[in-house]
Order: sequence, then structure tokens, then C-alpha cells
Amino acid sequence: MESNLLQTEGAEAVADVAGPASDAAATSETQGEKVSLWKKFKNSFFARNFRKNWTYLLFLIPAVAVTFIFAYIPMYGLLIAFQDFMPGDNIWDGRWVGFDNFTKFFSDPMFWPYMGNTFLLCILGFIIGFPLPIIVAVMLHTTKNKKIAKFLQTVFNGPHFISLVVLVGMLYLFFGRYGLVNNIIESMGGERYSFFLSEGAFRPMYILSSNWQDFGWSSIIYLAALSGVDQAQHEAAQIDGASRFQRILHVDLPAIMPIISIMLIMSIGGLMGVGYEKVLLMQTEGNMGVSEIIATYVYKQGIQRGNAGYATAIGLFNSVINLVLLIIANTTSKRFSENSLF
Amino acid sequence: MENIALQNEVTSPAPVKQRRKRVKETAGDRVYYIITYVILALLALIVLYPLWFVIVASFSSAEAVFAGKVYLWPVDIDFSGYAKCFERADIWIGYANTIWYTAVYTVISVLFTLAAAWALSRKDLPFRKFWMIFFTITMFFGGGLIPFYNVVSDLGMLNTPFAIILPGTVSAWNLFMAKTFFQTGVPDSIVEAAELDGANRARLFVSIILPISAPIIAVLSLYYAIGQWNSYFNAMIFLNDSNLYPLQLVLRDILTSAESSAGGDSMYENMLLANQLKYVTVIVSSLPVFCLYPFVQKYFAQGVLVGSLKD
Repeated sequence: MESNLLQTEGAEAVADVAGPASDAAATSETQGEKVSLWKKFKNSFFARNFRKNWTYLLFLIPAVAVTFIFAYIPMYGLLIAFQDFMPGDNIWDGRWVGFDNFTKFFSDPMFWPYMGNTFLLCILGFIIGFPLPIIVAVMLHTTKNKKIAKFLQTVFNGPHFISLVVLVGMLYLFFGRYGLVNNIIESMGGERYSFFLSEGAFRPMYILSSNWQDFGWSSIIYLAALSGVDQAQHEAAQIDGASRFQRILHVDLPAIMPIISIMLIMSIGGLMGVGYEKVLLMQTEGNMGVSEIIATYVYKQGIQRGNAGYATAIGLFNSVINLVLLIIANTTSKRFSENSLF
Repeated sequence: MENIALQNEVTSPAPVKQRRKRVKETAGDRVYYIITYVILALLALIVLYPLWFVIVASFSSAEAVFAGKVYLWPVDIDFSGYAKCFERADIWIGYANTIWYTAVYTVISVLFTLAAAWALSRKDLPFRKFWMIFFTITMFFGGGLIPFYNVVSDLGMLNTPFAIILPGTVSAWNLFMAKTFFQTGVPDSIVEAAELDGANRARLFVSIILPISAPIIAVLSLYYAIGQWNSYFNAMIFLNDSNLYPLQLVLRDILTSAESSAGGDSMYENMLLANQLKYVTVIVSSLPVFCLYPFVQKYFAQGVLVGSLKD
């Protein structure tokens, strides 16, 4: 009984969703035709499917609710980028200021330095971090002893599970003024160097430690693709006298190209989305000149200083750049190689 | 192509066929293999040495570590770092908090994700396309830090465990991974048979789908649990009360405190102890993850593979 009731309710909801066509029909047609239209709709494939399968929607409710609250309401909250918003204000009676927050950021003397820091950190990280996992995957794949390959994979994946706090803590221990690296430098006759208090060391430390942590993990997906390469092609190439290295260049790499392009699109889309959680942990008075990036600036303006509207505008600017980069990368890849994310 | 990738697991032994038809190795090939092995061995060293050094240093005397006498093996074995670590109440409060945050978060996340993934994997889910887009958008665009903070704050969750546990419960990446698992792993015939037998969808999910989902449950639990175990940022912005701090936030204060230069004798002593404590806390905080890691790493890798499948 009860489920019957729910079903009709559900069907009505569908009628609402069905859109302007049915609305228009309902208002302009006479009563009789309305009923027949309703009947027609009730017997349509869509309505029958809905009656049969609406219970699936119940399974979606928790996930949809959480996503709506913590992902979609914040998107609506982006409106405060156009307001003079202070913590405690209400978004509905906000003081609208148009693009003032954006122009304020663009005319900030630190705008270009922060943009530059963000871009450089990401691009330098990308130049090493993108090819390295592919190279490692190819090397692991060609290892003849599979037990060793498996062992190496276990070793390489390990650092991925170290937390950022611990990773940065290890950096402080190793590169601190009295850490292992400085001990080695001194024992070889060099001078102790404050890696964490100098601007020059920040980017290399950041990028190398990120790669140390993730090269193995990122190579898994390429390894999977490599193990799917057609063996017949390898045999044919071998009979033609191709060396192992030539087979990598002409059989393996072309075969995993689709995966490489997908990963490339994704990393270009994330170019400006560098991990600020790690940057925040590595910031010191000494390296602020190169380590202050847009995302950390957002954190400081918004959370620490309470300039919520201004900080949101900067964050929005950053994610729009990311989105545009992603779309450009995706369209370009689609045009030239038929590989695309969406 | 991707389907084949899933069938031959990354680490599965090479097909027998390859062995049978081995063409004689040329000198060039030998050079290639030698270079490969050398590089791989170097990489393994680069990965392992820092970890090994932390372990060794945590067992050595603080003076020896500080004076640079420790490289490969412990020098003047000394457990005072561990003793000091066990005295620190904040570390253990953090540990307890992290354990229960992680446990509750993982259970909720896995349940929400599995249920939604199961629904999304069914072709006859009403408005399926809409729901797919609904979740996909969150992978590429979001409100950013401040609006997110405002939502949590408006819900009255500031300085409560809810702020740590609820916000990240459903990740679109994990959701789609589980959806792909159901699509490739659960034959339609099972579902149809159960429906013919008159099982309703809740019954079907609990008594048929969940039991065959062990692999994906393992992967999801591990992903969510590790994510929560290792995170510090949400706790940093949402919590004030140090009794609620998770382990990572406590560690942040211990591990990333600014450098100090040696002054008088007592300061020197303090610095030595502080330094030793850092090595010990790295070990103590990462121990659970690393004890589990060798046993569960194949599930992690599987997750990446399933996630890479497109439908």
C-alpha cells in the first residue's frame, strides 16, 4: 500500500521534471486530452522504468546529501567573492561590490610574484614528476625477474603512505642545520647551509621530496597499461631484429599513449592546484619569497586575517584558471589524438 | 586494452609464450638491461635509505646523531627518545583521537560510497546521467577553501569531531572506482535472478552484493582510512581544543618547529632531546601504516587499476 503511494508520488515528480513540453500540453489542452496524455506518459518507458527502479534512488541519498552540502553549497558560497564579506556576515544581505575583490588582487604588488611562484613550482614539479613514473614503469616492466620487480614495486610505493606532516618533518631532520645532509657537507669540508631558511633550496626540496614520495605510486597506472600491450607485436618486432630499447620506443610507448595523454590532461588541469598543505608546512620566514603561492595566500587572507570575500575571489580566480587549462588541454588532445577525458 | 590490463595483473609472471620464443640477446640489449638494473637499484636505495636512517637514528644516542656519527647502523644504542615520547600525553591523546576519527570516518565513507556506487552502476537507475554529472563536476570544480570553511562553520561544526569526520565522506574518485567495480564485477544475471526470487533491493544489496564486494570494500577502506590517518589540514582550520587534535596536528608542532641554533648548555641538551623526539615520533606515528602496508599494498594497486577503467 505504502509503496504504491510513493510510486504515484514519484511518477508525479517525474511529470514535473519532464519539462516545458508536458506543462504546455497540460495548460492548453482540454481535460480529456490531459488525461490521455497522462496515461500515455504513465505507460511510457521512462515512467515504467521509474516505477520499477525508483528504489535505487534511496541508495544515492547519503552520498548526494554529503556532496550537496560540502561541495555544492560551497560553490554557491563563491558568491561572496563579489561581496565585501567578513566572517559572521550573512551571504543573503551581503554588500555587493562587483569585481572589486578581483581588481584589488590584480593591482596588489604581490600579484605577479605569487602567480610566478605558483606557476614555477607547478611547472618545475611537472617537468620531473610527469616523465619519471613513465620511465620507472617501463624499466620495471622490462625487468626479467618478476620477483625482483614485485619487490621493487613494493619499495617504490611505500613512501606514498607517509603523511605530509611526517614527510616535511623528515625534510627538517635531514636538511636542518644539524641534520644528516649538513653533517655530510661538513665532513667533506663544506660549510653548513640553512636549507630551510634560504630561498634557493625551497623549490628543489619541495619537488624532489614530492617525487620521492609519489613516483612509484604514479607508475602503477602505466605498469597496468604496459602489461596489456599485445605480445604478438613484440614478437614480430623481435623477429625483425628490434632491440629491447627499440621495442620500448616503437611498441610499448605507442601502446600506452592513450593513458599518457589522459594523465597529461589531468596534470595540466591541476597545474595551478599545487598542494598547498605541504607548502604551508615547509614555509619559514627565510623562504617566504618563493614559497608564498596563491593557495597559501588564500589561506592566510581568508582564515587567518578574516578577509573572506577577498580570499574567496583569489581562490575562485585560481580555480577558473585551472578549469580553463583543463578544458584547453582536453580539447587539444581530442583534436590531435582522439584521447580525451570528457 | 584497459580490460586486458586488469586481467594480467601488474605483477603477474610473464607469459610462458615469451620464454619459449626468446630471441638471442644482443650486446645492445645487455647494455640496456645493465643500465636499467643500475638505475632501479639506485632508486631503491634513494627510497629506502632515508627511512632506514630515521629508524637507526631513533635508536641511537642523541649526541651521536647530532655529531654526524650515525650513517648506517645505530651508534650508542639509546632509548631515551622513546622514553620521552611515551611521556608525552599530547601524542597519545592525538593517537586515540586519530584512531576513532579514522574508524568512524572509514565506516561511514565506505557505506555511503558503496551504496551510491551500486545505484550508479545500474543502467536502469532513474536520471542516471544527471547523477553522473552531479558527482563528476565535483572532481574538477569546487567552492574552494573559504566557502567550504563557511559551510562547516554555519553548520555549527567548528571545534567538533563532525568537522573532521563528515566533510570528506564521499570522494567522487572512489565512488567511480566502486561503480566500475560493480559494472565489471557483478553480472546482470545475478541481479535479475535475485529479483525473480522476489528479493527487494535492500535485501539484494545486503545479502548478495556486499558479500561479493570484498575486494572493493578493502580498497575503499584502505583509501579512506589512510587519507584520514594522514590528514592535518582540516583539523588545523576547524579545531581549537587541543584535546580534539588528531595525531598529525600534534606531530606538526613537534616536527616542523622552526630551527633553533645552539646556545648554552641546557639549550643544547634540550635541542638534542627535541631532535631525538622527532626521529621517534616519525617512527611511532607511521608504524601502524607501515606494519599493514606490505599486506595491503596489492589492494591499493588494484584500486588504481580499477579506477583507470573507463565505461
